Amino acid sequence: MDLSYGSRYDDFREEVRSFIETHRHLAAPDWDVSDRTKLQEWQQLLIEQGYVGRTIPKQYGGYGAEPDILEARIIADEFARAGITQGFSGQGIAYLMPALLAMGTDEQKERFIPPTLRAEMLWCEGYSEPNAGSDLASLKTSAVLDGDEWVVNGQKIWTSTAESADWMFCLVRTEPDAPRHKGISFLLFSMKSPGIEVVPLKTMSGTHQFNEVFFKDVRVPKDQIVGQRGDGWKVANLVLEHEREDLGDPNFTQQRLNFLIDLMKTETVDGRRLIDIPVYRDRLMQFQAEVMALRFNDLRLLSAKLHNKNATLASMVMKLQGCEVRHELEGFAIDVLGEHGLLYEDAPYVRNDGSWQANYMFNLGLIIGGGTAQIQKNIISERGLAMPREPRPAS
Amino acid sequence: MEFGLSQEQTLLQDSVVQYLNGAAPLDRIKRFVNNCEPRADDVWSGMVDLGIPSLIIAEEHGGIGCELLDAALVAESLGSCAAPVPFAATAVMVPWAIAEAGSDEQQLRWLPKLAEGEVIAGAAVTEAISTRLDAGVHANGDTLSGRALFAIDFEADVYLIADRDLSLYLVDADASGLRRRPLTTIDKTRRYGELVFENVQADRLPGSSDPEVCRRVIDAGRIILAADTLGASQRMLNKAVNYSKERMQFGRPIGSFQAVKHMCAEMAAQLEPCRAMMWYAAHAFDARPEEARLTICHTKSHLSEVGKFIARTSTEVHGGIGFTDELGLHYWFKRIGANRQLLGGPTQLREEAAMRQGLVEA
Repeated sequence: MDLSYGSRYDDFREEVRSFIETHRHLAAPDWDVSDRTKLQEWQQLLIEQGYVGRTIPKQYGGYGAEPDILEARIIADEFARAGITQGFSGQGIAYLMPALLAMGTDEQKERFIPPTLRAEMLWCEGYSEPNAGSDLASLKTSAVLDGDEWVVNGQKIWTSTAESADWMFCLVRTEPDAPRHKGISFLLFSMKSPGIEVVPLKTMSGTHQFNEVFFKDVRVPKDQIVGQRGDGWKVANLVLEHEREDLGDPNFTQQRLNFLIDLMKTETVDGRRLIDIPVYRDRLMQFQAEVMALRFNDLRLLSAKLHNKNATLASMVMKLQGCEVRHELEGFAIDVLGEHGLLYEDAPYVRNDGSWQANYMFNLGLIIGGGTAQIQKNIISERGLAMPREPRPAS
Repeated sequence: MEFGLSQEQTLLQDSVVQYLNGAAPLDRIKRFVNNCEPRADDVWSGMVDLGIPSLIIAEEHGGIGCELLDAALVAESLGSCAAPVPFAATAVMVPWAIAEAGSDEQQLRWLPKLAEGEVIAGAAVTEAISTRLDAGVHANGDTLSGRALFAIDFEADVYLIADRDLSLYLVDADASGLRRRPLTTIDKTRRYGELVFENVQADRLPGSSDPEVCRRVIDAGRIILAADTLGASQRMLNKAVNYSKERMQFGRPIGSFQAVKHMCAEMAAQLEPCRAMMWYAAHAFDARPEEARLTICHTKSHLSEVGKFIARTSTEVHGGIGFTDELGLHYWFKRIGANRQLLGGPTQLREEAAMRQGLVEA
């Protein structure tokens, strides 16, 4: 056990902190892509400092540092502590770039990584289909080679940011006669290609938007495939690994817990602060313990990565547990607010801009998205506990 | 930065489990319980050979000088084996208190003997944090009167006692005026009892006038109990998973049904993060005392809740056979239940956690 990072890292932390202090007024919000100039200027500044694309090779527009897990953690911690975004980190940067680095050709890396990193090329992810959710490998959107081009037909759903994205990375079936997992390929194409239609899909919370995306004879140059024909499932799994780690992040939940403690200290009912009501306080402490356990688990995963130690089960449980506690915590806040918990959007008397209700609903989406809770339990039991697989139904 | 166990620590756990698998398998536990043996001397002597009682005692007193984390890892192994041996008091709470607050003479007199396992020490400190039935001990100079319930490692040669002011005392088991009565609890793999004092001569630990010492002793005990629950819960989960792979119904192993798989996945998902939490709490006891109490309160309360869920769910996975005395799964079920209540149940610990953060109005 050694919980200190060491003096080299302490110096590095100081450096990040003082950069943030001096430049935080320039920060662009991560989720607002309407002011692209501001976004790209902030992004450029962070790339130059090495806080974005730190380990991306210089030839692809990155900072070119050696991978260092503790440096990466320090940067993330300090930006989170300051409450500003660590640059733009859309699906292209977070999910596609690692996959491209692992499986893309040199030409693809040179063409796609630099503009993606600079937030000049924004991406969306085309995975789920109306009839391919948990059973993603049954997807039917097809791509047929016609001369030097793929011709894509079909439909995607739950595509976040499709309305603002410039490009899509997309799973398509190219080998209809191969076994299901081996018939899928990973294509990249511009959202401006003729034959693409984006239809907004409003969710229950009314605030976070997904889309349906329809493809009719969309023509994609032959070389915009990552990996070989039929490698798509492999590439997709590289992406999903990164995605699941993000969804259950307990450090975000810790911030919400801190907000909740503040709320319960200031909000009163019958002249009593909410925190002074023993049943509420007890439940609050339960959440604190649960979040604490997940944060220490996260610390264990960080250390395991650093020392190449195996912590498979500890990492498998993060999405399931992290999303569950996130959702429940928001629901508890609504409960302690009583009737005020009902208020939403711009209502008078609404607390914290209605974020408890908005997150309560949005976080239910997180329990379902990126592999449902039930799929996570299958993964934990089959891969983590080596329990027998469900027998395949006779086909 | 390294947040994980060293090779030595993993080896320590393996050697304890390996020893107990041989020396205290299920039929030995059953004999201990059914014959109401006060001590399983055969099992204990092997623990002494492994150096277990000397773990946290300083080298100058014949110990190994390890940290509380190492003791907690051993406690995890003991819970995993439902080991019928004393530990929390004799190997952790009492030697820690003597080393922290004892005079040179008290240290010389007790620590080497505790390290060699020659003397077993119990601890009766629970009235210092919550009193029921008017129990409690008061001191008049060097003599104690009153009653202490739920002495841990009850079949002992000497006891650590806290009075109502949280001062600590050592009392010989055969001191005149001391009456001892075993208490029957659900957990028969360890011994608990009541101590009644009528003007009993006691040996006060001079450094214990600061009540913080007694609170730290209780902190240490709480980590050990939480770690025991971690080990017991992990063993119950493993047993459930293994059974589900063997037990056939409807022509297939029950572990291939999603209903059963999801029960096991939920157990693993709740338990696994507790491992890192226990490591941190035990490490913080020595290395980050300012964070320790809050973390320890949450670790014991949270593991008590998770342990309760696993005790129930893993028994359900076994179906009817899990409910029988014969299978013996209930020894772990009851051990988890006992750890939950001892030295503060989850609700009490959560209230202490809130107090610790200034969330409770004075």
